[in-house]
Amino acid sequence: MMGKRVGMNGDRAVAFAAKQAKVDVISAYPITPQTIIVETLAEYVNNGELDAAFIPVESEHSALSAAIGASLAGARVFTATSSQGLALMWEILWIAAGLRAPIVMAMGNRALSPNINIHCSHDDAYAARDTGWLQLFAENVQEAYDLTLLAFKIAEDHRVLLPTIVNLDGFILTHAAEGLYVLDDKDVDSFLPPRKPVNPIDPDNPKTYGPLDFTDWYMEHRKIWYDTYPNVPQVIKEAFAEYEKLTGRRYVQIKTFNAEDADKAIVILGSSAGTARYAARKLKEKGQNMAVISLTQYRPFPRKELRTILEKFDVVAVLDRSLSFGSPGNQLFMDVATSLYNAKKKPLLVNVVYGLGGRDFTPRHVEQVYQLMEEVQKRGEAPEEPVWVGLREA
Amino acid sequence: MYVSVKATPIKSLKELPRTEQFAPGHRLCAGCGIPQVVRFALKAVPDPKVVVNATGCLEVATTIFPYTSWGVPWVHVAFENAAAVASGIEAAFRVLSKKYGTKKPKIIVFGGDGGTFDIGFQALSGALERGHDLIYICYDNEAYMNTGIQRSGATPKGASTTTSPAGKAVPGKMERKKNLIEIAIAHGIKYAATMNPAFPIDMYNKIVKAANTPGPTVLHYFTPCPTGWYFDPSRSIEIARLAVQTRIWPLYEYEDGKIRITVPVKDPKPVEDYFKLQGRFRHLLEPENKWLLDEIKRDIEENWNRLLKLAEQK
Repeated sequence: MMGKRVGMNGDRAVAFAAKQAKVDVISAYPITPQTIIVETLAEYVNNGELDAAFIPVESEHSALSAAIGASLAGARVFTATSSQGLALMWEILWIAAGLRAPIVMAMGNRALSPNINIHCSHDDAYAARDTGWLQLFAENVQEAYDLTLLAFKIAEDHRVLLPTIVNLDGFILTHAAEGLYVLDDKDVDSFLPPRKPVNPIDPDNPKTYGPLDFTDWYMEHRKIWYDTYPNVPQVIKEAFAEYEKLTGRRYVQIKTFNAEDADKAIVILGSSAGTARYAARKLKEKGQNMAVISLTQYRPFPRKELRTILEKFDVVAVLDRSLSFGSPGNQLFMDVATSLYNAKKKPLLVNVVYGLGGRDFTPRHVEQVYQLMEEVQKRGEAPEEPVWVGLREA
Repeated sequence: MYVSVKATPIKSLKELPRTEQFAPGHRLCAGCGIPQVVRFALKAVPDPKVVVNATGCLEVATTIFPYTSWGVPWVHVAFENAAAVASGIEAAFRVLSKKYGTKKPKIIVFGGDGGTFDIGFQALSGALERGHDLIYICYDNEAYMNTGIQRSGATPKGASTTTSPAGKAVPGKMERKKNLIEIAIAHGIKYAATMNPAFPIDMYNKIVKAANTPGPTVLHYFTPCPTGWYFDPSRSIEIARLAVQTRIWPLYEYEDGKIRITVPVKDPKPVEDYFKLQGRFRHLLEPENKWLLDEIKRDIEENWNRLLKLAEQK
């Protein structure tokens, strides 16, 4: 049931998953580090391995616009982007979600300019966080593959009908080859039958998509849209459970490691979770106990579940691979702090900035974070400003 | 792969199909030229069809929730991406018809001059270059009328708009209008034409040709705007006709590599006849702006002669 073991980088794994999902339309523009996804899908289509329309658009803005059109027409639709490409799509991200177009988009996470940098930051993922898209974070190439298949299942569910981003850290996952298990096509077919669209464009049954709202309706339409999100986690859980039955691979919204007896924890997204767990194991050998909490489901943010997990700790370090200039805290930090605000018992919260623009994040940095948490615990007070790890020493 | 039902040309307005797929009760201004092209396009293009609309006057005036004027599937996503959205719909139906036998509709895109000449230009160019099967209709009221009356790349030289106001130092817009048709033709498309509501049979038959042409086609439609041009709504068609009779708006088509003037204008009327009816041009008739009026006249003549040459060459 595990499937065949192969070696692939993250981009190819995502493209392979999209192919096995039998997407009808791919609309995409190349941008590093996502480019391999687009190239691979173009190969599949031109070699006749995938019966789909590949629209080689002239910009990311049009990539998402065409994806919306295709999705409204009832097609299963895939696109991919990174960084500046996501930023160019930004206006259209809202519209994709509001028009309830279940598009799946892979995002090779990359830093935003300036200065131009093609390596990993989570600037792009965070930039999409308020737009209504669901977001999943992959920790390794296996997860990038699995979550792409899961994203179609979740996005197209009639209780959801929302576009979904699968985040994979730029270069760390997009370009690094790893061993992974891929499903047989027939297993994917059973997990992901052809899409059954709700209210697709149909000339025999004409409808008006995306009309004008005045003050008399806009707020009500926002409420209907907003009220969808509390239903999404249940759908995600069901999809994870069905996928586990098929593959034996278990997915959860929030991954916890060593959370039972530790009094300190770090919260982290993406590929760095593995590094953090490795470092936590090493620390444990020295008798230093630290939990690692990583989120597979970033949007909708698993607020209550995370609060239940985190309220027992004395100190929690939230690691952000991005900056939110002029804000009360960086992005994940604000999500976590907000989730904890009404908790009965609250841990001290530290915001740590790491890995910007592809800067290495090593077990040594995790140890630094641990030591920082020890100091915070002793002092009984957390620093007001974010603490940077991995900055170069002049 | 393409719609099998052929669109049929007409010889008189009595032959217009009776079916109405654009409902009365829309909120476009009295005297606006946009609804004519919409009604005609929905009549001329056989079912099944889908309309994609860029943000603009047409979109905001016809789909105020919970009402809609559209009896065909209608999609609006944003201002600048109608051609890209249409590309996606077209590609989707191409695949779905192959995989599941879904009927493949003809896609009609409506964009104003702002959404076509300016902000939507890149998406349009991309769609034309990729060869999607769609009819792109630009309704050109020669300024951003949905946001007021701001100049666009389609605003003619000399016109006064709120962002090119006729002042003492600068008497209106100083630049010529972009040549949409020739830019479209340069993409290698098979059919393109200009249209005008005062010449309805000519307009209808051009839409028919576009509907019967596989791949992308571009129709450039002149639409008078009483609000933005400052004229009495009852004179809308008169002004539209004058635009053709003065050679300001030549009616022509590009088909199979040939340009053909479809409404010849042997003895043009003076451009002043056209200008004096509209507030946006009134300052051009003042003596101090004679130099600009002369320049505009030269431009019109030059453009007409060039068009004649292009039409003769073939």
